Amino acid sequence: MPTVTMTVNGMERSGTVEGRTLLVDFLREHLGLTGTHVGCDTSQCGACVVHVNGTSVKSCTCLAVQADGADVTTIEGLANGADLHPMQEAFREHHGLQCGFCTPGMVMSAVDLANRDSDPSEHDVREWLEGNLCRCTGYHNIVKAVQAGARAMGGGS
Amino acid sequence: MSGNGTGIGASVKRKEDTRFLTGRGRYTDDINLPGQLYGYILRSGMAHAKIGTVHTDAAKAAPGVHAVFTGRDMEGVGGIPTGWEITNKDGSKMVEPGHPALATDKVRYVGDCVAIVVAETAEQAKSAANLIDVEREELPAVASIEAAEADGAPLVFDEAPGNVCYDWEVGDKAATDAAFDAADHVVSIYVVNNRLIPNAIEPRAAIANYDPATGDYTLYTTSQNPHLVRLLLGAFVLGLPEHKLRIVAPDVGGGFGSKIPHYAEEAILTWTAGQLGRPVKWTCERLDAFKSDTHGRDHISTAKLALDADGHFLGLHVSTKANLGAYLSTFATCVPTYLYGILFAGPYTTPAVYCEVKSFFTNTVPVDALRGAGRPEATYLLERLVDKAAVELGMDRVEIRRKNFIREFPYQTPVALQYDQGDYDATLDLALEASDWAGFEGRRAEAAARGKCRGIGISTFIEACGIAPSAVVGSLGARAGLYESGSVRVHPTGSVSVFTGTHSHGQGHETTFAQIVSDMLGVDFDAVDVVHGDSAKIPFGMGTYGSRSLAVGGTAIYLAVEKVIEKGKKIAAHLLEASAEDIEFENGSFTVAGTDRSKTLGEVALTAYVPHNYPEGLEPGLEETAFYDPLNFTFPAGTHIAEVEVDPETGEVELVAVTGADDVGRIINPMIVDGQLHGGLAHGIGQALLEECRYQEDGQLETGSYMNYTMPRAADLPSFNINHNTTLCTHNPLGAKGVGEVGSIGVPPAVINAVIDALRPLGVDDMSMPATSQRVWQAIQRANG
Ligand code: FES
Ligand code: FES
Repeated sequence: MPTVTMTVNGMERSGTVEGRTLLVDFLREHLGLTGTHVGCDTSQCGACVVHVNGTSVKSCTCLAVQADGADVTTIEGLANGADLHPMQEAFREHHGLQCGFCTPGMVMSAVDLANRDSDPSEHDVREWLEGNLCRCTGYHNIVKAVQAGARAMGGGS
Repeated sequence: MSGNGTGIGASVKRKEDTRFLTGRGRYTDDINLPGQLYGYILRSGMAHAKIGTVHTDAAKAAPGVHAVFTGRDMEGVGGIPTGWEITNKDGSKMVEPGHPALATDKVRYVGDCVAIVVAETAEQAKSAANLIDVEREELPAVASIEAAEADGAPLVFDEAPGNVCYDWEVGDKAATDAAFDAADHVVSIYVVNNRLIPNAIEPRAAIANYDPATGDYTLYTTSQNPHLVRLLLGAFVLGLPEHKLRIVAPDVGGGFGSKIPHYAEEAILTWTAGQLGRPVKWTCERLDAFKSDTHGRDHISTAKLALDADGHFLGLHVSTKANLGAYLSTFATCVPTYLYGILFAGPYTTPAVYCEVKSFFTNTVPVDALRGAGRPEATYLLERLVDKAAVELGMDRVEIRRKNFIREFPYQTPVALQYDQGDYDATLDLALEASDWAGFEGRRAEAAARGKCRGIGISTFIEACGIAPSAVVGSLGARAGLYESGSVRVHPTGSVSVFTGTHSHGQGHETTFAQIVSDMLGVDFDAVDVVHGDSAKIPFGMGTYGSRSLAVGGTAIYLAVEKVIEKGKKIAAHLLEASAEDIEFENGSFTVAGTDRSKTLGEVALTAYVPHNYPEGLEPGLEETAFYDPLNFTFPAGTHIAEVEVDPETGEVELVAVTGADDVGRIINPMIVDGQLHGGLAHGIGQALLEECRYQEDGQLETGSYMNYTMPRAADLPSFNINHNTTLCTHNPLGAKGVGEVGSIGVPPAVINAVIDALRPLGVDDMSMPATSQRVWQAIQRANG
C-alpha cells in the first residue's frame, strides 16, 4: 500500500493508504479532520471542498495519492488561532449558514473565488457556487457573505 | 422585552457558528467509538418480490466480516410502528400492515432493507454484501397512485384490498353540496402535487453501542427528535426499557422532515450492536439516501369552488388521492389528512368545506413529512383554484382574495381549526407594495419588447403550526402527545444551562433560546448555553418539526424561567426580610417594591445552592422544568408574490423576483427568521420549477441521484425580498407562531400562477410542477395546436 505525504494545514502529514483511498477519506479517517464533509457520491454537492495547492478541489473526487506532495488546506486550517478568517467571519456576520453541513465546502470554495476576484457581483458568486449545494439557506445569505468576505479579504487570503 | 443588544428582537450572531465555521461541528459521521465495526445495509434492487432463502455464507467468509444478519435473524423483533391511526369515513380503522426492519417474506420497494453486513471496514462490509445471494421471485409492482388504484392491480399487502390504506373525510359534505346547488359559478381544477426527495445535505448516519456490563444501549443518530426515536425503538421495536436506551442526535445537517421518522436502520444497528457487543457504525451513501430517506408530497387532486355572482366563495369540495409508499412511516398517515384537509379554509370565509382523501400503498419509498407536510399541498391546490376562479369570473386576482378574507377573530373554520389572530389585508398590502404589483404591466411590456413573456403570480395563505394540542390530536388518532419540555438550571454563580426537548438541525435554537432566557433573567447572553439532542441530558421532549420549536418549545422554556423567577423571589424575600409578594424582578435583580433594596440573580442563585440562611421549607437549588402543551395550533400567514420571465422559444423559466410578506408572530431573532424564510422559499421554488421524483412503471427510481434529480443551486434563485407584518399568537406567552415551513408552503402556487400568467397570452392556461423548460415548451406547442 502506498504511503502519501502532504502538508495539511501547515503540518507535514503521512499515512499509508490504499490506491483507491479518496483524499476526503484520508483527511477524515486517517487525520481525523472531520470538518470536511461528504454529502454525495457523484461529485455534485461540494461539501468536501478543500484547497490543494491553493485551489479549491472536491476532495471526494481526488485520490489521496494524487495529493502526495501537495499543500492541502481544510476548513480547520483557515482561521488564525482564535481569529476567524475574513470569509468565516463574513459567513457568521451574514448568517450564511444554518445546519453547517455544506458550510466548510462553501467557505473553501468562496475563498478560492475571493482570491481571484476581490469584488465579485451577485451573479458571479451564484455562478461560482455552481458546484456547492445548500438545502438550508436558499443561498441568499451565502451570496451576501461571499461578497462581503471577498471584499474583506481584499484580493488575498 | 428589548429589541437591542442580545435580547428578544435582536439579530444576535449565532452561538453555533464558530464550531461550524471552523470544522468543529460534531455530526454523527464524525463520531467514532473504540472497537467500532461498520455496517452496510443490503437493499432490494427490485420493487416487489417474494424472497426465499438469503444465502449469506460467502459474505460471512469474506475478509474482515464479523456477521451478516437477515430478516430471519431478526424475527421476534417488533416491526417499525406508525404514529397516527386514521379513521375511515365508515368508522373503521385504516389498514396497518407490519413493517419488519429487515424484510422477511417480501420486499416492497427498491431500497427496502434485506440484510446487514458487519465488517472491520466500511469497504469490506460493502464488498461482502455483493456476495449475498437472495432467492427471490419478482412480482408485478405498483409505482404510482394510478397503478395502485387500477382494477386488478397487484397488491402491496394482501390485507389492503385495492391498495387502500384509508378513505378519510373532513367537513360537512351535505352543507358543501348545498353550497354548490346554490352557486352562480363553479370552478374546477385538477392538480398533481409532485413527489419530492428531501435531500438534507448531511446523509443519514447512525452508530450504535451496547455495554454488556451495564446493559445500556446508546444510539447516535441523525434525528430531529431523539426521544421519539427512543420511545418507538425502545418500546415498540426492540423492547428495551427507556432507562437502558440513550439516543443522541448530535449536530444534524438539516432534516426538513426526513429525519423525523424512526427508520429501520436505527433498529437494525442497535439490535446488531447488542448481538455483537461492539459498536456498529453506518453512514448512508447519497445514492442509497435517494431510495431510503422518506419522500414527500405525491398527491393527485380534483377540486371545485362554488361562488356567488360577486365572487364570494360559497363552498369548496376537494378529492385527493395520496401515495403513502410501501410502508407507513412515523407521521405518514397524518400528513395527507390532519395536516392537509383542515387547511382548506385558507385565509377565506368559505362557509362550507369538504375534503376527502384516499391513501394508497405503492411499491415506492415510504412517504412522510417534508418541509410543510400537507400544508404545501393544500395551499397549492387552493391558490391555484382561486386564481382560476378569478380568470373564469373575469375578476382581479387580488380583489377576489381580498373579497373573501377572514377579518374577525377568533374564526372557527368549517374544517376543525379555530384561527386565533391574523391580519391578511396587512400582509397582502405589504407584498403588493414591496413587489410593485401596480407597476407590473410596464415590466411585462418591457419584457415583451425583448421577446420574453413576463408573468406575476400571487398566493395568500395560512398554515397551521406549533404542533400540537395533545388532547386534540389524540382525539384525531395521534398516538403521542405533542407538548414540549424545557428546563432552566441556574448555576451557583449565575450562569445558566437550558435544556430543551426540541432539536436544532440548522434553526439556531442555541441562539434564539439563549436570547429568550438571557432577556428574561437579565443575565449575559454568553452566560446562557442551550443543551439539546441527548436523551440522557434533556427532559422528555417531542423534537422539532411542524414549525413548533419556538411556539411550543420556546414557551416551555419561558414557563420554566417564570418558575425560576418565582422561586428566586422567595429566596430574595428571605434575604431582604420582605414578603415574596413585594419582590419585583427586573434586569437580573430582585427588588423590594418601592425601595432600592435588592439582590442580584447571582446572589440568589448562590444562596439557593449554599442555603445557610434560607427560607424554611423551601428546597435548595435553582432549577425548574416546565412541560407546555399548547392550547391551539398557531397560524402564521402571509402573501407571496413571484415574477417570472419565460422564453417562448425554449420554454425556459427565469424566476426574476420573489417577494414575501409574512406574519410569523413574535420574532426573537430577525436574522434567523429571515434565514428560515429564505430556505423555505428555495425549497418551495425547487418544487415549483425543478424538483420531481419519478418512478418507472416497474418501480425503479428514475431520479435516483443529483444527476437526474434537480436540486436548486445558487444560480437558479434570485435574492428574496422579505417583509414582515406581525400579529401575536394569542395563546402562548411569547406570541410566537412559527417560520420554518412558511416559504415552502406559500411560494409554489405563486410561482406557478406567475408562469401561467406569463403564458396566458400564448393560450396556455394550466401548468404542473415542476415547470421545467421541457414542460413549458410542450404546453406552448400544444396551445399553438
Ligand atoms: S462529497 Fe459531494 S461533491 Fe464531494
Ligand atoms: S447550511 Fe445546511 S446545507 Fe447549507
